[in-house]
Amino acid sequence: MASLNLLIGVCLGYVTLLFGVAFVAERAAARGKGAWLRSPLVYTLSLSIYCTAWTFYGAVGYAARSGMEFVTIYLGPSLVMIGWWWVLRKLVRIGRTQRVTSIADLISSRYGKSNTLAIIVTVMAVIGVTPYIALQLQSVTLSLSIFADPSGATDGGMNLLSAGFWVALGLALFTVLFGTRNLNANERHDGVVIAVAVEAVVKLIALLAVGIFVVWGISGGITETMARIDASEIGQWHMDRSRWAALTVLSGAAFLCLPRMFQVLVVEHDDERHLHIASWAFPIYLMLMSLFVVPIAVVGLDLLPAGSNPDLFVLTVPLSQGQDGLAILSFLGGFSSATSMVIVATLALSTMVSNHVVMPIYLSLQGEGATVSGDVRSVVILSRRASILIIIALGYLYYRISGGSGALAAIGLISFAGVAQFLPSMLGGIFWRGATRVGALCGLVTGFTIWIYASLLPSFGTDVVLSQSVFDMGPLGINWLRPQALFGVDGLDPTVHAVLWSLLLNTGAFVVGSLVSFPTPLERLQGAQFVNIFAHSGHARGWSASVAESEDLMIMAQRILGAREAQDLFRTEARKQGVDGHLPEPTPDFLQRLERELSASVGAATAHAMISQLVGGTSVSVQDLMAVADESAQLLEYSSQLEAKSSELSHTALQLREANAKLTQLSVQKDAFLSQISHELRTPMTSIRSFSEILRDTKRLSGEEKTKYASIIHVEAIRLTRLLDDLLDLSVLENGQVSLNEATGAMDDVIDHAVATTQAGGATLRIARVNGPVRVMVHTDLDRLAQVFINLVSNAQKYCKADVPELTIELREEQGNVEVYFTDNGVPIPNDTRALIFEKFARIDDQDGSGAGLGLAICREIMARLGGDIFYLPMTNGNRFVVRLPQTLALAAQ
Amino acid sequence: MGKRVLLVEDEPNIIEAITFLLSREGWHVDTHSDGATAVDKVRDLAPDLLMLDHMLPGKSGLDILTELRSDSDYAALPILMLTARGQMRDRAQAEEAGVSRFMTKPFSNTEVLNAVRDLTYT
Amino acid sequence: MGKEQNPPVFLERRSYRQRRLMDALRLLPLVGMMLWMVPVLWPVADTGDVPPIKMSQAITYVFAVWLALIFATAGLWSRLNDVSSGNPSDDDAETTGP
Repeated sequence: MASLNLLIGVCLGYVTLLFGVAFVAERAAARGKGAWLRSPLVYTLSLSIYCTAWTFYGAVGYAARSGMEFVTIYLGPSLVMIGWWWVLRKLVRIGRTQRVTSIADLISSRYGKSNTLAIIVTVMAVIGVTPYIALQLQSVTLSLSIFADPSGATDGGMNLLSAGFWVALGLALFTVLFGTRNLNANERHDGVVIAVAVEAVVKLIALLAVGIFVVWGISGGITETMARIDASEIGQWHMDRSRWAALTVLSGAAFLCLPRMFQVLVVEHDDERHLHIASWAFPIYLMLMSLFVVPIAVVGLDLLPAGSNPDLFVLTVPLSQGQDGLAILSFLGGFSSATSMVIVATLALSTMVSNHVVMPIYLSLQGEGATVSGDVRSVVILSRRASILIIIALGYLYYRISGGSGALAAIGLISFAGVAQFLPSMLGGIFWRGATRVGALCGLVTGFTIWIYASLLPSFGTDVVLSQSVFDMGPLGINWLRPQALFGVDGLDPTVHAVLWSLLLNTGAFVVGSLVSFPTPLERLQGAQFVNIFAHSGHARGWSASVAESEDLMIMAQRILGAREAQDLFRTEARKQGVDGHLPEPTPDFLQRLERELSASVGAATAHAMISQLVGGTSVSVQDLMAVADESAQLLEYSSQLEAKSSELSHTALQLREANAKLTQLSVQKDAFLSQISHELRTPMTSIRSFSEILRDTKRLSGEEKTKYASIIHVEAIRLTRLLDDLLDLSVLENGQVSLNEATGAMDDVIDHAVATTQAGGATLRIARVNGPVRVMVHTDLDRLAQVFINLVSNAQKYCKADVPELTIELREEQGNVEVYFTDNGVPIPNDTRALIFEKFARIDDQDGSGAGLGLAICREIMARLGGDIFYLPMTNGNRFVVRLPQTLALAAQ
Repeated sequence: MGKRVLLVEDEPNIIEAITFLLSREGWHVDTHSDGATAVDKVRDLAPDLLMLDHMLPGKSGLDILTELRSDSDYAALPILMLTARGQMRDRAQAEEAGVSRFMTKPFSNTEVLNAVRDLTYT
Repeated sequence: MGKEQNPPVFLERRSYRQRRLMDALRLLPLVGMMLWMVPVLWPVADTGDVPPIKMSQAITYVFAVWLALIFATAGLWSRLNDVSSGNPSDDDAETTGP
């Protein structure tokens, strides 16, 4: 007899193995070798979390009690998978294009990103799934108790409730460790998926092993088993017809609506081709899982003493035959079923709770909403962990209140009926454009209320929540409100009764609510997008974006996506738009993309709220409204060809606009060029002429005065010469007639030379040097390079107006380039003149006469000749000029 | 005490040259090199002649001219404008704004002195 | 402009085959539903004079339907793959949904 301690040891070892598998998988995914993690096989196996401990233990018990009825639980999902083309295909496509993170997200997103709906769905899902989690706790504790007390007759071996507590705690820790180690931008958990797939294999093997043992080991073959079945107490066909049909439909509905199923079906995967394979592979899995259920039930009824719990035949039959090894394997199978379900279910629920309940509250408490500083990702992770603990605690609470006594199948069906309430809103949302938020709200609330009243509350037993008199006579004696005979429909099976009324009235309220209400523009656009997802996978809604500042968006995105990811996203977009620099224009397209990225982390409604806060005003433009009004126009608009062309056009238009703006500015510059050059030449000329005339015409000048005036003439003549030199230099450089004297030298020396030259006059500018670890050698025209540096340093001397002017020169090697940063602490150059500083005569401070405004233009020409680049970066308090030389020039020297 | 001239100009060497020339003719020369506060300076000193550079830091000579001419106190103040830009458009604009005399740099000393005399003695 | 982009009324043989395969695939769940609802019509133990169906027969029936559906889905799927290989776009089949 296997001891309880051995069993716990096996469990711990098994859990460690799962961690190992998950770890390896995540490492592989991180290194980009995770293609196999996304195979159709793994997808199919991950769907097997549909088969929980209820399947593993409960199905046999169910068969022992009601014959073939258990199979309906698997027929529904099989039909849904075989009919993937109808619903699943659409769900997966919507999930991928809209970046849906949960079923609550899907419904809220469809009905105009309504957070109210998201919260309602989340609360419903938590309440609906709670019995299901309790069921897992119950089955694991029950199976443990079998090993503690093999007779199964008493609870004497161990305290079931406290054991339940420890199991709950263990599962909670397991889930927290597994699922929330990091915040995944797209809500995928490679490690979890692969662990679930492993568990799927374990439970299938375990159940098949017990089945094979029962059929060939005990009964002696297929024919004998069949004979034995026919001879048993469930050997004749007896069934409740209404239940057969209702449960098939219910299980199909639950398969689509269960948050954990939605997680693996839609969120964790986005390859539609996997669905094609899973459409027949998953029914095979389901069929294999149910193949031996009846034989095990029949043999259990035969061999074990009357009164044994049929829910545990999978364990007790091998044990009674002395097959301890098989029993332990079987226990592991059950354990796998329970753990995988709890992990994925709580992960899915915690995502919903944190995205739709905690984060909106947290962000609104922060007051400034989207623009608070700091990284919110730690808050997200924390709130998810807390949600996991709370959800499992609720499951444990249900387990305690319901006394852990009900048959597993009955508890499972209550959960099914609860989550099936999402079905009308979900299917209505993806197939009917007329479905509205009000309709969805009415339907969900109606269906859920009836479910609570007719299914959940009665499940606690009489006199726990509802008294016996309510069951018999209805609340306050209102006969037609009896929880199990609503509207006087008596004699129906309680489950069928609850499912029938809740779904019927749910659908009714949904349809009526949708018909009488009028949707907001956003709802209509989302509706059109969801329903016609295949006609246009484009994006309907537009942000009118001019108000949004890219910098604000960047700050917000960094907090939610993480600094690196956000910067990558923005840079990619900027490049796509053909804009220089790191910040793209806040075009409607970009805002939409950003919103979808954000919604993966915080949910659609919150992401929408955050963006609209920054963008300001309404998110639906007049054009959008016209598109809604005119459906044919909309069709045209979405034809993919047009879309491609229009995006190409707008891209070109943007470039043209930029070019045009630059040209206009340049033409103004060019106009000013003549004035400028005239001014620059005439000013020194004026002094020269005036003083030479004074010297010539004035008779009585002292020697001192003569020297003074002559030296003024001298200085001004030099100024003229320098100006002419600069002009010539520039025109030579611009015409490409320059010859370079290439030589090899150390970058440091060039900088030293430049600093020494400019600081000769004892300037006030403090210069700090930051050098890289190695001495960088370059092969280029060192004099020209020094000229650039001198220009930059003397510019800083002239224009840096800080109290203690300071210039930092930093040498870096970056991505195959040698870069020298000249960073001063002066006032940043105003935004509107930044684009012009490298143009001729563009002096920032218009009347500062000490330079002709040619320095940077020359620098730019020189760097272009040297094969490098010079550009400007604004700092928060200062200016930075970056001189960049390609590394090849440096490498050639080494 | 001779007559006062206010020279608004930002090139130190040109200031020096004009100051030298006019002082010898008996003028009292005040200088000012900031465009933004030039109008206040005129109100302060109430000069008999204003010499105004076209390109000034803070506010252009043309703007200063326009502002002064809009004030009836200075409608008759002789204003001699100097420019180094040499654009025909500048001259036209300045004349429209009511300049008394417009001169392009570089100028000969005689020219300046003649202009000053013209503007103040006739 | 829109008119020129309308699909032709008659399709070439391969796309035609492809569409009919899709039709079959779409019909399968309905067929499955009908077959699996047959047990509702079977006589049950407690009523009438007709002897109830034996459990072994019921099991055989349910699992046989299951297998048939699985084979049909897998078979149709691989046929569809064969037909559409070399004709990578099966988008037209997708857009002509209900």
